[in-house]
Amino acid sequence: MQKLLQAVRDTQLWRSVFRHGYPDTPRNRTLAVLSNTFLHLHPVKVRRSGIRLSYTWCMGGLTFFLFLVETITGLLLMFYYRPTAQYAYEDIIGIREHVALGVMREMHRWAAHMMVITVWLHMYRVFLTGSYKPPREFNWNVGVILLVLTLLLSFTGYLLPWDQLAVWAITVGSNMARATPFLGHEGPGASLLSFGGLNFVHAGDDARFGLLAGRFVGEGALLRFYVLHCVGLPLAAATLMAIHFWRVRKDGGISGPL
Amino acid sequence: MGETLKGVIDWLFEPTRYFLGSVLLLAAVLYFRRFFSKELVIIAVFALAGAFLAWAVGDHNFHKIITKGDNIPIVILLASVVFFSWLALRQAVINDERKKKGEAGIELELGKQKVFTWPDLVYTEFICILLFTALLIVWSIVVEAPLEEPAALARTPNPSKAPWYFLGLQEMLVYFDPWIAGVVLPGFIIVGLCAIPYLDTNPKGNGYYTFDERPFAWTFFWVGFVLFWVLFVILGTFLRGPNWSFFGPFEFWDVHKLEPLVNVDLSTYFWDGLLDKNIPTNPLVREAPGILAILGWFLVIPPLLGKTLLKGLVQRMGIVRFNVFMHLLLWFALLPTKMLLRWTVNLKYIIGIPEWFFNV
Repeated sequence: MQKLLQAVRDTQLWRSVFRHGYPDTPRNRTLAVLSNTFLHLHPVKVRRSGIRLSYTWCMGGLTFFLFLVETITGLLLMFYYRPTAQYAYEDIIGIREHVALGVMREMHRWAAHMMVITVWLHMYRVFLTGSYKPPREFNWNVGVILLVLTLLLSFTGYLLPWDQLAVWAITVGSNMARATPFLGHEGPGASLLSFGGLNFVHAGDDARFGLLAGRFVGEGALLRFYVLHCVGLPLAAATLMAIHFWRVRKDGGISGPL
Repeated sequence: MGETLKGVIDWLFEPTRYFLGSVLLLAAVLYFRRFFSKELVIIAVFALAGAFLAWAVGDHNFHKIITKGDNIPIVILLASVVFFSWLALRQAVINDERKKKGEAGIELELGKQKVFTWPDLVYTEFICILLFTALLIVWSIVVEAPLEEPAALARTPNPSKAPWYFLGLQEMLVYFDPWIAGVVLPGFIIVGLCAIPYLDTNPKGNGYYTFDERPFAWTFFWVGFVLFWVLFVILGTFLRGPNWSFFGPFEFWDVHKLEPLVNVDLSTYFWDGLLDKNIPTNPLVREAPGILAILGWFLVIPPLLGKTLLKGLVQRMGIVRFNVFMHLLLWFALLPTKMLLRWTVNLKYIIGIPEWFFNV
């Protein structure tokens, strides 16, 4: 058996993939992290204080993991879902009734809720350990934007089932945009932006209209939210995550006392 | 017995009592932190909460609200915020105790050692991922994602609620108009969060849990995050029913529950109540007391405090940081101030100019 395994490990095929032996020696453990695309986000060695679960709560890592879960389950859902007022609701029922592994929508939804919670708790932990202090100020800011993006991702996804829950939650949420100062037609200052009795800001061109592509939550809003949910926001979040992780490394790794 | 207890709990959860009770509890936890950070406390809290849930879930109304698909995460949120707050406080207390004895904190002591990422860190991550995957699979199989009737814009459900993570903002609509509750304050939350690292000039407490070295920062964040954000989400989800009226956790969501509208504008109090005159028609004159109050709030309080009570803070932070900090803080403080004014004197608007959609 040992000989067989050794023979496999000696093949050109094996050696082309794995550049090092089993990571049980300092050398191989170093190589395991350095030569792996994903693991090399980590440094080779870390402070013992920084990796205790009671210190980090693992919330940042879990948020990233849930983002990956969302990407995979979301991709599967996209095969079966059409973002039009005519089909959206039917497709959602179909995903549950007719599609093999019909729990993908459940997994997508619960993971999304959990992601909101883990991202809040991550921020909570980072604050309580003072990990936003120099030199990590910039990365805290990237994190704040990622937090906002997480909420926007969840918000745009909330509309897609196109049921009463979805449409009215987005109606209530987007009604706020109507009251944006100067930019919403029911916001303070909007009435000042007029010329000769002609209002520049009205229900047909204000902030809410831009968000919903219409005066109410309709077909235009569905498509807009779908594109933002599946392409726009994930791309923005992925880019900022890359920056976030890179800066964690560059700013000295998981925080710890200096 | 059971019904009386339910009545008492419904009474306790009325927003004023709920909020003031939470403030007292938070203050007690922080002040008596050595007691509250004991292991026995958190075990007792979770045991009691578990017993309460097991008992309360037998009630039809409670069962209905707590098992709604999208409400399950909020129960998880509440449990995890309580647990992690305790965990953080415990480590802070231990670190502070050690400091007093002249020893190094846990993080400093352990931080001297370095370990290999493989296996020490990678394994932790792997186990976390495994557990979470298992949790998600079980959860997805057991609980079906909510799906209501097809969208119908002609039929407005009562209550209409935003997604749960925005319910704190929706709850603020009780006290402020949408332009403040939905646009300005959320904007300031984001700006304020971004500004934190530049406003906090305290070099201590970087990379370890401590309360004694940064008491203000901890208290501030607990008030902002735990008290306002999380408790408002819970209030908005579980305790707000049709017409956004208050309903106790065991109360039936009666669409016809009436809450009398008795709120009065500041201008009415001033012109009608204090001066016993007719209320002026010109909005600027009518609202002059409110406008002066708000201007005073933002323009007088910072320099006044900077010259007197917070002199030391101005010196430490510098004048720019101090002013940015004070203005963000005053925007934040507007919320509890308005809440108190609403509860005590039924104040509707400090400035009320509906003609221009300018109500504060």
